Amino acid sequence: MLKVSTAPHIYSQTNTRTIMRDVIIALAPAGLVAIILFGLNALVTIATAVTGCVFFEYATCRYWLKTRPSTSDLSAVVTGILLAYNLPCNMPIWMILIGCFVAIIIAKAAFGGIGKNVFNPALAGRVFLFISFPVQMTTWINPNWKDFLNVDVTTSATTLGILKHAEPETSFFELADKLPSYTDMFVGNIGGSMGEISALALLLGLFWMLYRKVISWHIPFYYIGTFALLNTIFWFVAGKATCEPLTQLLSGGLFLGAFFMATDYTTSPMSKNGKIVFAIGCGVLTFVIRQYGSYPEGVSFAILIMNAFVPLIDKAFHPRIFGTGRK
Amino acid sequence: MNKIKTFKIGGIHPNKYKISSDIKISDAGLPETVIIPVRQHIGAPAKVLVQKGDKVKVGTLLADLDGVVSADVHSSVSGEVLKIEDQEVSNGYFEKMITIRVEGDEWEENIDRTPDIIRDIEATPEEIVQIIRASGIVGMGGAGFPTPIKVEIPEGKKADCVILNGIECEPYLTADDRLMQEYAEQIVIGARILNKALGIQKAVIAVDENKPAAIEALQKVTREYIGVNVQVCATKYPQGAEKQLIEAVTGREVPPGCLPIDVNCVVQNVGTAFAIYEAVQKHKPLFERIVTVSGDGVKHPQNFRVRVGTPASYLIDKVGKNGDIGKIIFGGPMMGLSGINIDAPVTKTTSGILLLRTENVVVPEVSPCIRCGTCVEVCPQGLEPFAITNFVRNGEYQEAKKIHVLDCIECGCCAYSCPARIPLLDYCKLAKYEIRKKK
Repeated sequence: MLKVSTAPHIYSQTNTRTIMRDVIIALAPAGLVAIILFGLNALVTIATAVTGCVFFEYATCRYWLKTRPSTSDLSAVVTGILLAYNLPCNMPIWMILIGCFVAIIIAKAAFGGIGKNVFNPALAGRVFLFISFPVQMTTWINPNWKDFLNVDVTTSATTLGILKHAEPETSFFELADKLPSYTDMFVGNIGGSMGEISALALLLGLFWMLYRKVISWHIPFYYIGTFALLNTIFWFVAGKATCEPLTQLLSGGLFLGAFFMATDYTTSPMSKNGKIVFAIGCGVLTFVIRQYGSYPEGVSFAILIMNAFVPLIDKAFHPRIFGTGRK
Repeated sequence: MNKIKTFKIGGIHPNKYKISSDIKISDAGLPETVIIPVRQHIGAPAKVLVQKGDKVKVGTLLADLDGVVSADVHSSVSGEVLKIEDQEVSNGYFEKMITIRVEGDEWEENIDRTPDIIRDIEATPEEIVQIIRASGIVGMGGAGFPTPIKVEIPEGKKADCVILNGIECEPYLTADDRLMQEYAEQIVIGARILNKALGIQKAVIAVDENKPAAIEALQKVTREYIGVNVQVCATKYPQGAEKQLIEAVTGREVPPGCLPIDVNCVVQNVGTAFAIYEAVQKHKPLFERIVTVSGDGVKHPQNFRVRVGTPASYLIDKVGKNGDIGKIIFGGPMMGLSGINIDAPVTKTTSGILLLRTENVVVPEVSPCIRCGTCVEVCPQGLEPFAITNFVRNGEYQEAKKIHVLDCIECGCCAYSCPARIPLLDYCKLAKYEIRKKK
């Protein structure tokens, strides 16, 4: 039997599932660091979030949207992992499930499912939990790789917490003494959300995604570049009660957000110039919230706010049509 | 060797599958009957001159061009005209065809059948255009645009460069590759003939990087011909698309809705240049061409010299099937048409016949767009296929027109790369069809 179809007759090897698989591979190092440093709790949190998201995804497709369940494309797994990475490791399980519910059902399915959501589901889930359960969401466990079963947990403030609550007249050097070392921040030996602590692991993930051409370099580069530039200026101008830009870069969820969440396909612009504008917007907002806002961290809010601008950005920025207006 | 050039926007790198690039061109021989369509080109069908029962020779004019955008059709065999009626072409449509029963192999007397290469171009520019028209030459890269129109420069326009397109960027196909390897000098003389017809000195033969043998063969010849140069281009699809090729070679971009001549270029396929050489120097009209028969469903891939009108099934029998055939493609896998009629004839524009095994025929499963932006990234024309698709799905063809759907060159890069397997190209084609219908 001969099959008839329109051209093209061959296709690339990439599909939604392989893309999501590559993102999961890219997220693996950060997960590994979280499990090593936070022990069993981290494992339980990740497993709960992934299971919750996949379950809600399957259920909504099956009983609400009445479409073929899209769980096989692995996008819900990615959402689950990202949600878990944005939580402290000792969240009660029922709270995590609420986060999954908000991420998948409210932020994703209510807008029409994969590809139609305006806001990044994992971030929407995180911000909902953050506003609803501020105490649990800001209780940061100290990492301790010797204590897998978490029998002896201690808590402390994060780098950004220390900075936010620093006395206005604290000098740069006094402040620097209170902050963790660069090595600790780079490797991940600091308190914080599970997936955001290790810059090294996140960079490995970024390189994998760039190598596999899952994302382009534009959003991470312009996001972090804008943020670093503004912080450098601020550091020179303000002088007191602030830290140098490198600490700002290595602390909080900047890398996790810039590499994995601002680059989310559905909630970022399509064209190259659009992506650059989006990323610069994220960088500016993150800086403004961190330095002037009442919350210590601004990455989630910055990305969510910029998510809302994506349709407008897409309308304003188009690629150059071949044969027109060459520079 | 000069710098390797390529186009700037978009493009993809599909697997090459050039399994037949080392296989010499061989003669496919003569089938029992040939079926010659009177329209093998873009434009009006030619007017039939012969009648049922007429005896014809190889090279006898069968049908005369009708209007400016049309082309003569010559007999590819000697024998008797059996019938003239509408028959099914490869994709299932019906076209008027002349069926000829093959008897012997008697050629028209004036055709020079010797293998000698004739280097001196005696014909005047006017005569060259006249010969090209009388030989039924059309663009052999696939579109089949009548060549004489391209060679006669419209009033007020000026050409300064002839570009011969030796970029065979479609996977599997090696017909042009073999032609360049084996008939390099004839192609170069073809370029010279075009130069003379247009009254210009410069010709560039563009070949992509993955054809080292063809590049070497051409470079050896071009040393003797001042003004003809070989330009190596990067192996990237769709490097062989006319607009992309001009941009790569000259840096000039053909504006939307314009033709190559608007940027002073004339582009011809190397196969067309070879046909021009044969017509002008050897008095041989266009009735045969090189066809690659390949694909994973073929036992012995071949590059055949095939008489126009030879049924595909005749060639397929020659190469042997390998496994269960699930799809037959006329042309390349990126832009070719899948056929339903295996007895359909080879035409002037058939560059390849590909057989794909059933297990390798992909039936894409469409899933929702994840807005990854790949289609925007790979489009060599700078279009936004996802946006066009959204408009077409809502029937908003005029909106699609506003975002330049008419500039789509139908290369298929978007549909090839879409991870959700959305038939983006089909939506673009539908939009173009609907917009043109309205006019």
